[in-house]
Amino acid sequence: MIRAGAFSPRGALRFWQRNVFIFRRIFPESIAVNFLEPVIYLLAMGFGVGAYLTSIGGLPYLTFVATGLVATAAMFGATFECTYNAYVQMYYEKAYDGAITTPLNVEDVVVGEILWGATRSVLYGTAFLTVIALFGTVRSPLALLVPPLFFLSGLMFSVIAMTFTAVNPSIDYFPFYFALFITPMFMFSGIFFPLDALPSWVARAAWLTPLSHVVSLSRALILGTIETRHLWDLVWILVVTFALFPAPVVLMRRRLLK
Amino acid sequence: MPVSSATAPVTDAPLPVVQAQDLEKSYGALQAVDGVSFAVERGECFGFLGPNGAGKTTTMKMIYCVLLPTAGELRVLGLDVRLSPRQIKARLGVVTQDNTLDTALSVRENLLIFARYFDIPWKTARRRADELLEFVSLDERGRDKVEQLSGGMRRRLMIARALMPEPHLLILDEPTTGLDPQARQLAWEKLRQLKRTGVTQILTTHYMEEAAALCDRLVIMDHGRIVTAGSPAELIRTHVGREVVELRGFPDEADARRSLAQIAAMAGDLAEQHEVHGDLALIYTRDGETVLRRIREHAVPVESTTLRRATLEDVFLRLTGRMLRE
Repeated sequence: MIRAGAFSPRGALRFWQRNVFIFRRIFPESIAVNFLEPVIYLLAMGFGVGAYLTSIGGLPYLTFVATGLVATAAMFGATFECTYNAYVQMYYEKAYDGAITTPLNVEDVVVGEILWGATRSVLYGTAFLTVIALFGTVRSPLALLVPPLFFLSGLMFSVIAMTFTAVNPSIDYFPFYFALFITPMFMFSGIFFPLDALPSWVARAAWLTPLSHVVSLSRALILGTIETRHLWDLVWILVVTFALFPAPVVLMRRRLLK
Repeated sequence: MPVSSATAPVTDAPLPVVQAQDLEKSYGALQAVDGVSFAVERGECFGFLGPNGAGKTTTMKMIYCVLLPTAGELRVLGLDVRLSPRQIKARLGVVTQDNTLDTALSVRENLLIFARYFDIPWKTARRRADELLEFVSLDERGRDKVEQLSGGMRRRLMIARALMPEPHLLILDEPTTGLDPQARQLAWEKLRQLKRTGVTQILTTHYMEEAAALCDRLVIMDHGRIVTAGSPAELIRTHVGREVVELRGFPDEADARRSLAQIAAMAGDLAEQHEVHGDLALIYTRDGETVLRRIREHAVPVESTTLRRATLEDVFLRLTGRMLRE
């Protein structure tokens, strides 16, 4: 389990600051790739499919897709950071091995990395939100709560990704993470079509995916259609994040301290 | 003139910088470090030698607090590694076996980021970074990316980075492995300069000439244990004597053994110790000239003979054997 006194918020902050420092050095390439992908989906689906399918549940199709895709942008920000980037830092650059010879402990490094994943989530999600606002999709001032939501969901996706990274034997296995987890979730989280149109077992299965709750919440906030049931989405995200939080910390300790 | 009590501290003898007592580290059934005891004194350079898998790096990692001992006592800078790892790590400089530099950042940025891990203010960090880059002769390369540096430069940058927090103890795990001779000489020069400023150093190495050039005292480890300890000169004197006669070119090992036995017999008490390894026979002696003369006088069939001074490598190979370790 996690050792008492092993974690220091200050240590985590220091590692987070390191990542910010590096990110600024490689800006704007660092943001371009992960940011462009959802924008391409937006243009292709919004205008392509949107030309045939004009509205879903009373919403213009572009608006429907855009308000869901924004959650994906946020998910990708955290996921790329805590899969490929984290793995390269850990395995090839040995940045974690270097950091833990200083007053920083493994716990600080892992938490710092997760916080940075969440930060990237906010950066990407907010950039995407700004773009879709230009398309006139934002209908409520509640949209201002979307960036904080992305911080929470970014923590969740970072924790999940870091758990995989901590046990991943080789960088070649990340495509499995994307093909078996991220992509199906991307398709079945109510971004491109409403889940209630599907057979009920599919909708129930989708409820188990983290992304569907983020999509549900961000769409409701952007459109101002928030209801009490959205509280459950928030609770879902919080419970999963905190329940899983010890996993990457413990697993990364085991991996690095040999 | 009154004697000031401040000039003569009344404290006990200074505590060792590192003190290990029956230190052990095991992974399941594997005993990586199997009960080692040693003390590193302030200001000295202390070496760990040993074949691959001897437990050197594991011992280093316990000293710099990334591995917890399984059993035994280990105090670093007077603190228990189990109780105060963060306080210990704050006062150490560590050069790990693998470089852990941020290759996307510049040379100078690497130092600055590292300084922040130690909560060194930016202003101080910038000043120290410039001083240290000059110290390791990288002051012209501060703005270059780490990717552009040679192996020797990267190693010097690792040393400079380890010095950022002004450590009380510098730990160097194979500081010059893989470097060319020029790069190695330069690294040694820097480490000797550091020692003159009073920084205590612990190093592991596979290079006997490195240990001889840098270490005041050293231990040789094998299979997780310390097999011998002392200064390089002491170890050579104790385990091999002054000179070595190397005899080569026997047709086979049996022949080498026969001839060596013959030579040993006629060299009498001059051949203090002797051994055969493949087609090579070694005689450890205090008077190599006489041994050589007797070999010539008795016309023992030997292709080539070499007389040389005994080195740490002889000690090392005698104590750990010549079996290949992988």
